[in-house]
Amino acid sequence: MQSFLKSGKLGSQSLDKGASSSKITKKSKTVPWVEKYRPQTVNDVVEQNEVVAVLNQCISGADLPNLLFYGPPGTGKTSTILAAAKQLFGDIYRERILELNASDERGIQVIRDKVKTFSQLTASATRPDGKACPPFKIVILDEADSMTHSAQAALRRTMEKETKTTRFCLICNYVSRIIEPLTSRCSKFRFKPLNESMIHERLKLISEKEGINCEDETLKTLVENCGGDMRRAITCLQSCSKLQGSGSPISVNTVLEVTGVIPHNWLLEFVEVCKRKSYMDAVEFVKKFGYEAYSASQFLEQFNCFLVNTGIFSDKQKAMIGEKLGTVNYFVQDGGSEYIQLCSLATSVILACDA
Amino acid sequence: MSLLWCDKYRPKDFSKLDFHKEQGSGLKSLTKDGDFPHLLIYGPMGAGKKTRIMCLLKELYGTGVERLRSEVMTFTTPSNKKLEIGTVSSNHHIEVNPSDVGIYDRVVIMNIIKNVAQTQQLDLSGQKSFKVVVLTDVDALTKDAQHALRRTMEKYITNCRLILCSTTMSRVIPAIKSRCLCIRIPAPTTEQIVQVIEKTASLEDINFPRNLAEKIAVLSERNLRRALLMSEACKVEAEGKLTPNQNVAEPDWLLMIRETARIILNEQSIQQLKKVRENLYELICRGIPPEIIFKNLLDGLLKQCDLGLTAEILENAATYEHQMVQGNKEIFHLEAFVAKCMCLYQNVLEEMKSDF
Repeated sequence: MQSFLKSGKLGSQSLDKGASSSKITKKSKTVPWVEKYRPQTVNDVVEQNEVVAVLNQCISGADLPNLLFYGPPGTGKTSTILAAAKQLFGDIYRERILELNASDERGIQVIRDKVKTFSQLTASATRPDGKACPPFKIVILDEADSMTHSAQAALRRTMEKETKTTRFCLICNYVSRIIEPLTSRCSKFRFKPLNESMIHERLKLISEKEGINCEDETLKTLVENCGGDMRRAITCLQSCSKLQGSGSPISVNTVLEVTGVIPHNWLLEFVEVCKRKSYMDAVEFVKKFGYEAYSASQFLEQFNCFLVNTGIFSDKQKAMIGEKLGTVNYFVQDGGSEYIQLCSLATSVILACDA
Repeated sequence: MSLLWCDKYRPKDFSKLDFHKEQGSGLKSLTKDGDFPHLLIYGPMGAGKKTRIMCLLKELYGTGVERLRSEVMTFTTPSNKKLEIGTVSSNHHIEVNPSDVGIYDRVVIMNIIKNVAQTQQLDLSGQKSFKVVVLTDVDALTKDAQHALRRTMEKYITNCRLILCSTTMSRVIPAIKSRCLCIRIPAPTTEQIVQVIEKTASLEDINFPRNLAEKIAVLSERNLRRALLMSEACKVEAEGKLTPNQNVAEPDWLLMIRETARIILNEQSIQQLKKVRENLYELICRGIPPEIIFKNLLDGLLKQCDLGLTAEILENAATYEHQMVQGNKEIFHLEAFVAKCMCLYQNVLEEMKSDF
């Protein structure tokens, strides 16, 4: 599979190849595609050219700085470091890395005990089978932005003192939540959201390999609704193919349902209701919306897009609604009731209609 | 053994579902080759989320999942605090509501999932290689606990599948959404509820007037569980003889909240505020969730306001409700909101007087 991923040329091959490979998948069926198609080498990582270039340099020189990866979910941060570790250490990579994520206890105590003892061990420069391998270990701190500040502070000196034996790799979504002294000790890499065409290509590859019947247009809709998140796109593709059952092609409706996108006519209806300037109608609409179980934050996001491009409102009205949209979105994500927040948005839109 | 209607006639199989049949068959084909991704099931109360989860489990493991036992598990937090949490489990799955233990939910998640995930099935023939962990009320989980789920979900996927059940998607972090297949379960329409009531009644051998069923369907706010409970209550009240114009008993707490709203609108003074406080305390003591009190109170208050006042009250409601969820003394925020409403209302009234 490795060579296949590297070449990435399966798109031109015929479909019967896909059918034969689907037999193989049946044996290892409990592996989700996200894991199955995780990049195996650093070169397989798409889009993140700078990181790949630097890591390749490091791997050939067999040394690594302390790393800090940050970027939105599903852009390949964890995949990259795992792939790099595999390339560096080969078979024994499991012994050489310590992976801690938010599900592990990561208070200051753990940093002091577990991380410190792990990093103080020296690693030999040869593998058991006699081949050379870099004489250090890697500590991967996944989701580092959910570590407490005191735990981060406890890392500072450890990181410097143990450079001979250990490299650290911090992975997070928001670099601003990592304390300054740590960021200055690492080389930072930003992972940008993936290009839509890249995701499209990868999905096409997978769907051919898995023998899925999926129109190009459908894939395009799927990619558009995943916002540059590769993992989400692959999970969606797998879910769609399962929900649809084998044989029949994946329909656009299934894709929309799985990605949780709200049909456009709900947005139009919302504006329509607000223009009627009756609060009670608006409440009815919000209730109906709630019963359909659509997510309010998704609605706000789509409404925002709609608002920016629409010609229904004047610029001043847009500004008024936009400001409210910001507050409402914050409250909703911070735990406020969807019903009350949406009602409040509706009244603002009603008032804005008058302005 | 006498069961409530809503439990007695709960569909146990995808083929017996009363609504969302298409989705049901979709879910069935999902389990066809004995495997499925992590699921996030969301929908309003009484839409049948739990029913579908149980159907799914039965489809996967057979009748074994119906043999349930409840256990109390104990955990120790890093700070040596002992936690107890009730779980319901069968040989194939375990169901927990981690938010029962408040801010310590992360410990529960870490322990339970790792326990389940780290035990591998020895005999793979005839058995599934994974167990299922059902987590309910995921939207009430702390952010910490949700982060704890992220990597665990990926790491242990061969041994353990998660089914998350929540009422809203907004409070679930995107990282979890992108790892799950999200399944939306809309509330049944009123016609569907009427049909279910009639079906249940015919199974119980009762003549259920259609008018009454329709009335109940509207009052239940498209919540099937509530609708069935209400119809059963009606049956008991009428002692076997149901009439189309029968009074449908609404819950006491709803009436009390409406009464409270009326007090606020009638007169705005400190004495009234005291009365309101008594009512609110009463409601909270009886275990009515503050979010529901807030929502219904707001509905009662806004019934007779003009648009300007409505906007102002809603603006405040939005802030106070958010604060209430963040903080942990609900009564403060409820009272603050009531006082603010009285204030706004009085201002409007005085303006109107001075206009004359």
